[in-house]
Amino acid sequence: MERIYIFSRFERFWHWMQALLVIGMLVTGFEIHGSYRLLGFTLAHQVHTVAAWALIILWVFAIFWHFTTGEWRQYIPTMQGVDKIIRHYAWGIFQGEPHPFKITRARKHNPMQAQTYLAIKVLLNPLIWISGLLYLYYNELAALGYGLDLGTIALAHTIGAFLMLAFLISHLYLITTGDTVTEQLRAMITGWEHGDEKNTK
Amino acid sequence: MLKSRFFAVLAAIVLVLPGFSGASPAVKLNTTADHGKFKELQRQFNSGPEVTKACLGCHTEAAMQVHRTKHWTWEVINPVNQQRLGKKNVINNYCTSTASNLGACATCHVGYGWVNSSFDFSSQENVDCLVCHDSTGTYKKMPGGGQPPIKDTENPPGSGKFVKAIDLTKVAQKVGKTSRDTCGACHFFGGGGDGVKHGDMDSSLAAPDKEVDVHMDATGLDFSCATCHKAPAHEVVGSRYAATGKDTGDAHMRGQQSKSNPATCQSCHGQSPHKAGSHAAKLNHHSDKVACQTCHIPEFARGGVPTKMHWDWSTAGKLSPEGKPILKKDDKGHIVYDSRKGDFVVAENVKPEYAWFNGEVTYTLLGDTVDKANGVTLINALGGNASDGRSLIWPMKVMRGSQPYDPENKTLVKPHLAGNDDTAYWKNFNWEKAIETGMKAANAPFSGKVDFVKTEMYWPITHMVAPKEKALDCESCHAKGGRLDQVKGIYIPGRDGNPLVNTLGWLAAGGVLCGVSLHGLIRFLRRKQ
Repeated sequence: MERIYIFSRFERFWHWMQALLVIGMLVTGFEIHGSYRLLGFTLAHQVHTVAAWALIILWVFAIFWHFTTGEWRQYIPTMQGVDKIIRHYAWGIFQGEPHPFKITRARKHNPMQAQTYLAIKVLLNPLIWISGLLYLYYNELAALGYGLDLGTIALAHTIGAFLMLAFLISHLYLITTGDTVTEQLRAMITGWEHGDEKNTK
Repeated sequence: MLKSRFFAVLAAIVLVLPGFSGASPAVKLNTTADHGKFKELQRQFNSGPEVTKACLGCHTEAAMQVHRTKHWTWEVINPVNQQRLGKKNVINNYCTSTASNLGACATCHVGYGWVNSSFDFSSQENVDCLVCHDSTGTYKKMPGGGQPPIKDTENPPGSGKFVKAIDLTKVAQKVGKTSRDTCGACHFFGGGGDGVKHGDMDSSLAAPDKEVDVHMDATGLDFSCATCHKAPAHEVVGSRYAATGKDTGDAHMRGQQSKSNPATCQSCHGQSPHKAGSHAAKLNHHSDKVACQTCHIPEFARGGVPTKMHWDWSTAGKLSPEGKPILKKDDKGHIVYDSRKGDFVVAENVKPEYAWFNGEVTYTLLGDTVDKANGVTLINALGGNASDGRSLIWPMKVMRGSQPYDPENKTLVKPHLAGNDDTAYWKNFNWEKAIETGMKAANAPFSGKVDFVKTEMYWPITHMVAPKEKALDCESCHAKGGRLDQVKGIYIPGRDGNPLVNTLGWLAAGGVLCGVSLHGLIRFLRRKQ
């Protein structure tokens, strides 16, 4: 089988930094929310705030990267082949059938995957970011006369957090559904789809 | 060896000698006048008013200035609701009220001779300069007339206990600025004893260390009361009758005219007091909702003096089989029952309760409707809430108790407690008689019936500011069951959340987890085949 280099160095760095920051912010965020006690509110808040800024900076670079490389086209939504993918996950995968989607350099995510990522990028992330920034700066806004209810801001932020958590869980599972359990993980580490091991089989 | 010791002794003599030579005062004066050198004060004084007359010879306007203050009138008109407050009028849930008890209470009046309504409030010489300006610590007034004893006096009469004569000449010659001692002589002992009333003011503030109060720290900043409560013309600012709930101004600048209360934290520290540390900005954000005191006074009564938290007058009057009053103490020696007063609860290192407060208070005054059926009567209901924009969350000492009221006229009463007569409660243990006398003195009707009603009184806590390391940490409030657990109308991260969103959120996350687990399990099982 042909090897494809699908995840560039920056993309992998971006992915793993994002993974680290998002997981860190989920852990500290739910502590700030009062769901459990782990680091203590003060430290949790500090980590959460620092991670938020780090993620924002990372995203500024990522957005720049998406547009300069044209990689944003990966996320153009399509319904083509979605039915096959649904059938695969609901049935075919249990029969040992191969994944119906053929990865190419131009289209490295299957249509459902691309739709999910797009939704995260254009819906979920903005929800979390905007509510998060309002959360951080609601005092300044109130001082400027744009007083918002903190409870409402927090509610939006919390909904975003739960959605991100749900995504993370499903994402962690779905990456095991490649040709082998670790194939997709490997790809995100090395950049190469279909590793040597697979190739030599 | 011997030689070096000789030189050491010689050096010591040389160094010490100047201290004994010359007639310069032992303490360096930081004023330009040594009152000991004033001819007007180099004489014998036979009474307090005589001293005052001498003071007024130079300080011509002083008495009239004092006449305008609540220290003199014991009366304050609440600027918000026009209620007539001040010690002359209010009823609290400690010793309740002045009225017929003036003889005892007025020991703390800044005047001489206020025992009943015939007192001349226009008299200049009746102003007591010394009670605030004494620097010797020897000045005292006797109850029942409020004069300083000029000869050794038995008090109470027949008790065999004597109050030593006070050298008024010495006191007059050594007058100075007010101090924690002079203010404290009354304010530390409000409610009838050390620390009883306020919770954040007691004799431990006479010379506190930094742990008890960072500002008054005797070996540090050493603030006197007047450092904060300073205003011209004897008008002491910073009153609980018309408090500043939320100071939105900046720190005061020297010389600049400002109408805002100079005794608030903000009047020195401004609105962004946190400068250092990684979360200074976030802490500063809190200043629009949380009073400085809330975090910086984690507990009151921290100086080793307990404060009274609960006072149940309804149990007063129990006598021993011999008909004698009883006094019960706890294992620390603090009185917990007194036949004259009832049951007490005292406490040290007390965590405050917290409430929105905008500075407005509404008292339940004599004649205001009080009904046991309505539950707890608020002695001073606090104004403020989360949304009025003028309130902050304040720490409070909440004094709870049970006190006599007239169930027929439905009003609090002013019982006659102190006095060497046939009706004073502390001598006769008869409420009906005591209240009849007290209400007569207050020109108020009394039905003759007595019952007890539960009351609460709020004391905004503002003294005993702890070192910053001891301030509350985030989690003290940002947690379920934290300090601000009962404060309504505000979203506190860590305390609050939308139960529906939380439930749905965890269900969604858990649902996804179950779903993928199941999916994975099936995959695993199918693969085995």
